[in-house]
Parts: sequence; C-alpha cells; structure tokens
Amino acid sequence: MHPDTPADVPATSLIEAAEPGSVLGSWEAFGERTIEIDAARIGAVCRVLKAEGRFDRLADLTAADWHPREPRFEVVYHLHSMDLNRRLRVKCRLGGGAAELDSVTSVWRSADWHEREVFDLFGIVFRGHPNLKRIMMPEDWDGHPLRKDYPIHGYRYSYKDE
Amino acid sequence: MAGEEGKGQNQGLSTAQDGPVEQRHSIVLNMGPQHPSTHGVLRLLLELDGETIVKAEPDIGYLHTGIEKECEDKFYQQVVPLTDRVDYLANLSNNLCYCLAVERLLGLEIPPMAQWMRVMLTELTRISSHLLWLGTHAIDIGAMSVFLYCFREREDLLRIFEMFSGQRMMTSYFRIGGLALAPPRGWEGPVRRFLDGFPSKVDQYEDLLTNNPIWRVRTQGVGQVPLEELIDLGVTGPMIRAAGRAWDIRKSEPYSSYEKFDFEIPVRTEGDVYARYEVRVEEMRQSAQIARQAMEGMPEGDWVADAPKVVLPNRERMKTEMEALIHHFKIVYEGFKVPAGEVYQAIESPRGELGYYVVSDGSAKPHRVHIHGPSFGNLQATARMIEGRLIADVIASLGSIDFVLGDVDR
Repeated sequence: MHPDTPADVPATSLIEAAEPGSVLGSWEAFGERTIEIDAARIGAVCRVLKAEGRFDRLADLTAADWHPREPRFEVVYHLHSMDLNRRLRVKCRLGGGAAELDSVTSVWRSADWHEREVFDLFGIVFRGHPNLKRIMMPEDWDGHPLRKDYPIHGYRYSYKDE
Repeated sequence: MAGEEGKGQNQGLSTAQDGPVEQRHSIVLNMGPQHPSTHGVLRLLLELDGETIVKAEPDIGYLHTGIEKECEDKFYQQVVPLTDRVDYLANLSNNLCYCLAVERLLGLEIPPMAQWMRVMLTELTRISSHLLWLGTHAIDIGAMSVFLYCFREREDLLRIFEMFSGQRMMTSYFRIGGLALAPPRGWEGPVRRFLDGFPSKVDQYEDLLTNNPIWRVRTQGVGQVPLEELIDLGVTGPMIRAAGRAWDIRKSEPYSSYEKFDFEIPVRTEGDVYARYEVRVEEMRQSAQIARQAMEGMPEGDWVADAPKVVLPNRERMKTEMEALIHHFKIVYEGFKVPAGEVYQAIESPRGELGYYVVSDGSAKPHRVHIHGPSFGNLQATARMIEGRLIADVIASLGSIDFVLGDVDR
C-alpha cells in the first residue's frame, strides 16, 4: 500500500542534519513509517520536513491518550507528499502535567482546525496558535471528552443515577 | 448618557477589533446554523461591507455526536454501524475505510469477490453522493428541475443498496473480513439496468446546466483559490482536481484492487465553481464505468475471508458444528483481539481523502479511532474562498465544497 521507499531513511537524516538530537526513534509497522520527535522541537522539525522533505500536505493531526501511563499523550501528525506519493507519521509524547507544544499552523494552514480539535477534546495546548478555542464542544463545556479519564456518558448525566 | 449606551450596543454587533463601528461601516450577518443552503448545521459569521464579505468565520460543531469516543467503548465489529453515521451520504466509503484499516491490523486477506463487490458498491455510492450534491447545489442556485431528475436516479441507487443490505442509507454492508451478507440472487439485473440507463441521464443533467447561461454566470470565476493554497489549507478530492492537480488515492495508493480497474481522473484547471461541477459530472461517468467493470468481471467465490475467529460463521454451520457455535458465541460476547499497533488508512471518498487512524492496544476494543473526514479539510477553505466576494456567491461556493456536516463534526 505505502511504497517501500529508501527515502524513509533520508527523512530521519534530513531532520538529524537540521535539528540534531530531535529524533527519538524511528520504526516501520504495517507498512507505515513512524518517527518519534522530541516535543520541544516539533515546530522546527515540521518546517524542515515541509521544506526539504517535500511533505506539502498535513493529511491529519490528532492525539491519543494512554492514561494512566506517563507520558500519557501522543500527538500524531500524518504527513503526505503528493509529489513523492509518500506518507510519514510523526509522533510526540507529552506528559499530563504540562501538555503543551508548538503549533504548526505557520507551516501548514490546515493545522488550524485540527489543533483546535485536539485542544478541545484532549486539552493539549498549542503555543502560538492564532485562535485556540473550542471547536466541537460548547465554549463553556467542562473537561475534555476524549481523555480516557472522562466518563463515556459525561459528567452531567449518568443513567446509573436514576 | 443615552448616546453612550447606543454606541455600546452598536459595538456589540460588530466583531471588529480595530476602530469603532461608525468608521468601518460593516455589519455582521449570522448565516445558519439552520440556513437551507448550509446543508446541515453550519453557522457562518459574515462581516459585510455593503454586499461584500470582509471577513468570514465558519462555526462548526453543531452536529458533534462523540462518535470517536463511542468507538472506544465498542468491539471492533460494533464500530461498523457507527461509521455509517459519519458521512451519511457516502456510508459505504466509510464502512470500507474502517474495515480496510482493521483488516490491515489483523493481516486479513479479503477474497476477490468481496473486493470487487466493495469496489462496485463504493462507486455506486460515489454516484449517489454526487447526485445529491448536484441536485442540491443546482437548487441553491435556482435550477429547480435538476434536483428532481437527480433524485429520480438516486432513488434507483438507494433501492439497489436496500436490495444488498436491507437498508437504504445506513447500510453497514462491509464488515471486517468481507461483506455482511451474500449478495442477493439476481443482483445483476437492477445494477445492469441502472448502469445501462445512467449515461443518458447524465446527458440530461448536462443539457440543463452545462451551457445554461444563468448557470455559467453564477458559477464561472466564482470561488477560485490557487492550487498551492488549497493544498496548504488541507483541501482534497474533486476540489483540487478542479484546480489542476490530478491526485486521486484510487490511483496513487490503490486499495481493494482498484489497480485492476481502468478509469481516468477528470481534471480541470480553472478552479472555480463551474470547474468543480464539470469534474464531478465526469466522475459520475467514470464511476459508472468502474461499477460496470466490477459487475461484469465479478469473480466467483466466497464473500468473506477464511478467518473463523473474526468472521461470524454462516447460520447453517453454526447450528450443526460445535466449533462454529463456539466461535459465534465468542465473537458476539467477547469480540476478537486485534494485534497492538496503529494504522492510518486513506481512501478516496466522494469528497476527497477519508482517513481512519485506528490504534489498537491488543484488546477487543479499539484504543482510539480517529476519523479524518474530507469535509473537515475542505470546509477550512471556506473563508479564503468567499472573503472579498459578494454575498450571493457564498451560496454557490458553499455548494461547490460538497461538505457533509456529519463528516466535519463527527
């Protein structure tokens, strides 16, 4: 499905050349390459990947919560290069205490709503986002529904109370 | 005092940050969430200077149903009916994308007959989705009769879906490992009748619209955005093909045996509402061709994979074989375990790139399912498309995006 490309190796070496020490791991599973990046450097790494790795498109940006494991959050970027027909998954791990990382809206404008969604549903803050407010839930909503410690029926209502 | 109060109220009406209202001469118009041309519940905040839009801000989330959260509380096979509700006009595309993602995690081989059937039905879904788009888009702009013609053909398609799955819209016909049911006896008849008649029906729509001067004036040169910006904004599907980029996941990363089918990617370079119309109309013709190839070349054989721990056994075997009964019981009561890992599966839905990101922790319920709906990306381009243009163009531009709010809000 995803073409086996020797260029997967250049993706990590591209990053290593521009931002030494920011790659924490790289592996391939189910035919997809994943690179783990130091969360503090994500903005710079994405800039390199777009400019030199030709990943012109941010196909998707989301997160996963591994509560109670720490660091609990994984922020996942699915990059796609239309010219090279290649996909790459970039991942950052974040602790629950200070779930904050740099916004990539200045790299790909499509990150705007995706980051707002992750902020809304996971409570992860993106520094430098131009308009970071809730997008799915009402503005006055309590909590972040996609966190694993958020009950599936919400805080306000549970049929067990009836 | 009274004067000051009046001024305060005026400022409350404006979203303008810079300068008092009297100097900006703009008003804010709240369009939606129940406006008919928003096709669902989209709210647009438009700041107007006369009839020109100075600033537009889409407000989404009115249809947020928490499907992603609910997926985490269900067995893998129970998620399939939820995927119908995401993009309810292209439910089979959503079924397919989710099934492909989980099948990759499981390492399942899908028999050719099921793959061909999946291709045929997703292409019919594409036609049905484009028909609904064309009908409503035309009625928004004032061409009433196209709507009636489109719904005539859509009805035939919904009957075909009902024949296969028992449901007109919420089909859930693709399951992990293959299809939900054996295709009904004699299914070729209605499908063939539809495909034989369809090209002349598309000619009818084109007779009504393609050279219609009112249609052309309303759509040509409207909603143009340069291709690079569209890609940067996350737009996919017919919208970037209408702006000159021949990118289609069915060709570039074929899934479900699409590489064995012969079809073309329609491309235009103008990038306006009219070009999007032309691309989608041509796509309907191509889809009908693909569906015909699938129907005529339909391989013999099983419609489900040989995976007794994942696929429910057929009824007869369940009643006569101990082993099959145990598998049936375990799948229904405990689900099946999926190896730990993560997969991002992208397919070409009628609206663009549909992606399912499924994370498994090795248990019978998904740890995380993220749905990247194509409408979510496409709708982000709204503001860029309509700012600086007239309010009448908003309707044409919105219609040409072909978004489904269930897909945006999930």
